[in-house]
Amino acid sequence: MGQFLARVWDILSRRVDSFLFGVALTIAGVGLITLFSAADQSLARVWSQVTSLGFALLLMWIVANIPPQTIARVAVPLYVLGIVLLIAVALFGVAVNGSRRWLNLGIGRFQPSELMKVAVPLMLAWYFQKFEGRIGWKDFVLAAVLIAVPVYLIKRQPDLGTALLIAASGFYVLYFAGLSWKVIAGLGAAAAAAAPLIWPHLRDYQRERILTFIDPTRDPLGAGYHSSQASIALGSGGVVGKGWLNGTQTHLDFLPERHTDFIFAVFGEEFGLIGNAVLLVLYLMLIGRGLMITAGASTLFTRLIAGAITLMFFTYAFVNMGMVSGVLPVVGVPLPLVSYGGTALTSLFIGLGILMSVQAHRKLITT
Amino acid sequence: MARFLFTRRGRNDGSALASRELKNPGRDAYLFKRRLTIAAGLVTIAVFGLFGRFFYLQVVQHRHYQTLAETNRIAIVPIVPNRGVIRDRNGVVLAQSYSAYTLEIQPARVKDLDQTIDALSEVIEIQPRDRKRFKKLIDESKSFESLPIRTRLTDNEVARFAVNRYRFPGVEIKARLFRQYPYAELASHVVGYIGRINDRDLTRIDEWGDTANYKGSDYIGKVGIELSYERQLHGTTGVEEVEVDAGGRAVRTLSRVAPTSGNDLFLTLDIKLQEIAEAAFGTRRGALVALDPSTGEVLAMVSKPGFDPNLFVDGIDSANWELLNESPDKPLLNRPLRGAYPPGSTIKPFLALGALTSGKRTPAQTISDPGFFQLAGQAHRFRDDKPGGHGTVDMYKSIVVSCDTYYYVLASETDIDDTARFMSQLGFGKKTGIDVEGELAGVLPSREWKRQRFSGKEFREEHRKWYLGDSISAGIGQGYNAFTPIQLAHAIAMIANDGVSRAPHLVRAIRPTGTEEQRLVPEIPAKALAGVRPEHLAFIKNALVGVQKEGTSAAAFLKTPYVSAGKTGTAQLYSLKGDKYVAGQVDERLRDHAWYIAYAPADHPKIALAVLVENGGFGAQAAAPIARQVFDYVLAGEKKPGPAPAFSVPESEDQSD
Repeated sequence: MGQFLARVWDILSRRVDSFLFGVALTIAGVGLITLFSAADQSLARVWSQVTSLGFALLLMWIVANIPPQTIARVAVPLYVLGIVLLIAVALFGVAVNGSRRWLNLGIGRFQPSELMKVAVPLMLAWYFQKFEGRIGWKDFVLAAVLIAVPVYLIKRQPDLGTALLIAASGFYVLYFAGLSWKVIAGLGAAAAAAAPLIWPHLRDYQRERILTFIDPTRDPLGAGYHSSQASIALGSGGVVGKGWLNGTQTHLDFLPERHTDFIFAVFGEEFGLIGNAVLLVLYLMLIGRGLMITAGASTLFTRLIAGAITLMFFTYAFVNMGMVSGVLPVVGVPLPLVSYGGTALTSLFIGLGILMSVQAHRKLITT
Repeated sequence: MARFLFTRRGRNDGSALASRELKNPGRDAYLFKRRLTIAAGLVTIAVFGLFGRFFYLQVVQHRHYQTLAETNRIAIVPIVPNRGVIRDRNGVVLAQSYSAYTLEIQPARVKDLDQTIDALSEVIEIQPRDRKRFKKLIDESKSFESLPIRTRLTDNEVARFAVNRYRFPGVEIKARLFRQYPYAELASHVVGYIGRINDRDLTRIDEWGDTANYKGSDYIGKVGIELSYERQLHGTTGVEEVEVDAGGRAVRTLSRVAPTSGNDLFLTLDIKLQEIAEAAFGTRRGALVALDPSTGEVLAMVSKPGFDPNLFVDGIDSANWELLNESPDKPLLNRPLRGAYPPGSTIKPFLALGALTSGKRTPAQTISDPGFFQLAGQAHRFRDDKPGGHGTVDMYKSIVVSCDTYYYVLASETDIDDTARFMSQLGFGKKTGIDVEGELAGVLPSREWKRQRFSGKEFREEHRKWYLGDSISAGIGQGYNAFTPIQLAHAIAMIANDGVSRAPHLVRAIRPTGTEEQRLVPEIPAKALAGVRPEHLAFIKNALVGVQKEGTSAAAFLKTPYVSAGKTGTAQLYSLKGDKYVAGQVDERLRDHAWYIAYAPADHPKIALAVLVENGGFGAQAAAPIARQVFDYVLAGEKKPGPAPAFSVPESEDQSD
C-alpha cells in the first residue's frame, strides 16, 4: 500500500517543479481570498474559480510531462489553428461591448487571442530552433511577419491591449534569439516617432483612455473613474490595509471590474503596502525561478520558450499593477493567477507546465 | 546589414557567410546568459519601481487618499425597475408590484446593532418577529448590504423616523418595490412567486450575461410564470449618480438614467374560469387542465391544494414552510405538470385509434367478454370491472362501457413498441413543451424504456425483459404507464382538433412597458397525426359522445344544453388480487385516482380538459362532475361556484370506470 502511494506520488510530482508550483499555488490562493471579498462574500464565484484552477492544474501536470521536443512539434499546428480561429472570430465572432473577440463554441465562449499568447512564442522558438546555426537577418524579418499577422488580427477586433502583449511575447523570443541592440533601439525610437501617426487611427475610447491617463481628473466619472477610484483604494489602504472584507472602496461599489482587471485594488486596499510587498516578492520568486530554469535549459528552443514565458508573466503582472496604481493607461490585462477568469488561468498554468517540462527534461539529469 | 541586424555571431568573424557555417556554442551561451542577466536586472528595476509607486500612494499620499475615500462623494446607485404585471386573458391583475417604505439598516455602519434596534423600537414599532427575520437576513447577506428590518411603513412612521434620523447613522428609510398576488392561492402554481436572489440565481444571471442589470435587484422569479418569464418581467435597471455625505446618504442627484419597467404579460388563463374550476374541487386534491383545442391556450390549470405565494416573497417563515412542505397533501407539488399518474381507462380511445390506424381492428370486429382475460397457459385472470362481462363487445361499446377485456385482447395482439410509437405521436412520454419550467415527461412504456429503467446493477436480465403480461396491464392504462394531466389534456385536445396538435402555452401576449400594444406570442407550428384517417377519428369522436349520452359518465352530463364528448378513467393504486374493490374498505390514500377527459361542444370544440381527483375513486363519480361545472360555465354561462357534487351512481353495470 505504502509502495503504491509512493509510486502515485512519484508519478504526480516527478516532473513538477516544487518551487515554481508552490509559489504559483500561493499566489492563486491569495487570489481566491481576494476574490471572496471582491465578490461580496459570494461563494459562487470562488467555486467557479476553484473549478477552473483544478482544470488548469491538470493541464499544467500534463504539459509538464510532455518532453519539450514534443511540445515543439505542436507549435506550427497551434499557431495555424490560432490564426484560423482569429479569422473565424473576425467573420462570425460574438460581439460583446462593441468588440468582436469571442467565438461561440456551443459549450461556452472562447477567446482565440488567449491561445495566441502561448502559440506565438512557441512558433517563433520552434522557427529559430529549426534554423539554429544559420540564422540571418531574413529570419528576423520573417519572424516579425509571424508576430505581425496575429497582432494585426487582434488589434482590429479591437483589442489593442492584447495585441500589444502578444507583440511583446514575440519580441521576447527575438530578444533571446539575439536581435541586435541597435535594432531594438531603432524599434523603440520608431515606436516613439510613430505615436503621433497612430493617434488618428485609434478608436475614441482608446484615445480617451490615454488622455485620461495623462490627466485622470479630465473625466472623473467616465474613463478616469476606474483609474482614480483604484488609486483611492490603494492609497487609503495605507501600510497595513483596512483588513480583509473591510475595504470601503470595494464594498461600497466604488471600484469597477473588481473581480477581474481591478482585483489588485481590492487586495491593496484590504492588505495595504505590506500585502503588496508580499505579492511583489511572490511574483519576483516566480519570475526568478523562471529565469533560472531558462538559464539551465539545454536547447535553443527550450531557452527561447522558457525565457519568453517568464518575461510574459512579468509583463502581465507589471502592466496590471501599473494600470491599477495609475502609472500605465487602462488596458484590459488581468493580474496573473489572481484575477477571476478561467481562460487566463488555464493559459498561465499551461505556461508554467512548459517551464516545468523544460526543467524536468534537461539533458544534464537524464544522462 | 546582416551584422547590423543580429549579434549572436561572433563579432570577430570576418563575414556573415562565415558566421553561418561556424558554430560557436560557448560564445552563444555567454551572449544568451548576458541577455538573461539584463532581463533579470530590468525586472528587478521594474518591481522596485512598482514598489516605489505603492509606497508613494500608500504611505506618502495615504492621508490624502484616506480623506478621498471617506468623502467619496459620487456614488453610482442602481435604480431597480418596476417588475412587469401579470394579467389574465381579460386583463385581470394576477401579480403586481407596489412601492412601499422600508426601514433599513446597513450592519457594517452600525456599531452596536442591538442597541440601535432597541433605540429604533422607541420610534417605530419593531416586533420580536421582525428582529428574528432581520438576524436571519444578516446571516445570509453580505455585510455591506442594506437590509430591511421593517417593511411597509405607514406615512406616520416615516415622518416620525425622519425627525429622529440624525440619531441613527447607518439606518435609512428606503422606497422598495413589493410583489403582491391579489388572488393568493388561486392559480398559485401557474403564477408562481418571486424570492430573494441566492447564489444559484447569481450563477444563472451570470450565464445570461446580465449581471449588471441585476445590480440592485433583490428579487428574482422562483416558480411558475415568475420564473419562466423572468427576463421579460424584470426590466432594465437604471442608474443614478448621486452625491453622498460622509454617512453614505444621498444628498443630491447629479445625473439619472431612468429604469425601464419589465414587460406586462397577458396569460391565456381566464381567472373566473379558474375560480370555478378550483371551487369545484372543494377540499379534494387533484389537477385540472383546460385547453382551447384550436390554439393550445391553457384556459385553466388547477393544482389542488395550492399555496399562498404572498408568503414566499419576503422569505417564508419556518412555521408556514413546515406546514406546506411536510403536509401529506403536497401543496407545493405542481400536479398538472409534475404529477405522473397511470391514465387508467382514459387511454382506451387513444389505443382504439391506434388499432384502427394500424389495421389491427375494424370498428365492427367484436369479442365476447366473459368478465376476465387469461393468457394462454397461465392461471392469472385479468379481471374486468363487471363480473360476468359485457357480453358481445365491438369497438364503440368498448369505449362507451369501458370494457377492459376488449383492451386486454387488443394488447395481447399488439407489440408494445408499435403502441409506444403511435402513442408518442399523441404526446405521451414526452414534454408537451408548455412555456413554464419543470414539466415531467411521464412514462410511455416500451422495450427500450424498460431496459433503461432497470439497467441498474441491482436488477437482473429478467427484470429488464418485456413480458406479454406487461403489455396486458399497460393495455388498460395501468402497469408502467404514467401520464401527467397536461399530457392527457393535450392528447384529448388533439382528438378534438381533428388530430392536429397545438402546443399548450400559458402566455398569450406580451405588452412592452409604456405601450398599449400587445405582442402576441408567436404560435408554435401545429403538428398533425401521421397516417390517421379522418373516418377513424370521426368514429372515435362519436364513441366519446356516446360515453356522455349512454355510457359511464351519462349521469354527470344529464340535460346539458350542449353536446359533449368524454372518457372516464380510474387509476388503480392498490391491487386486491382478484377481490372486488370496495372503496370504503381501503385506506383513503390508497384509493383509486379518478380521471376524466372531455371536450365540448362535440362538433366545434371550444374547450378540452383533463381532470384528476387524487384518491377520488371512480372517474365518473368524482372527476366528471367537476368537468361539468367547467363546461356549464364556459358554454352555458352558468356560474355555480362551489364544490361539484360527488355523484353516487346507482349500483348499475355502468358503475365500472
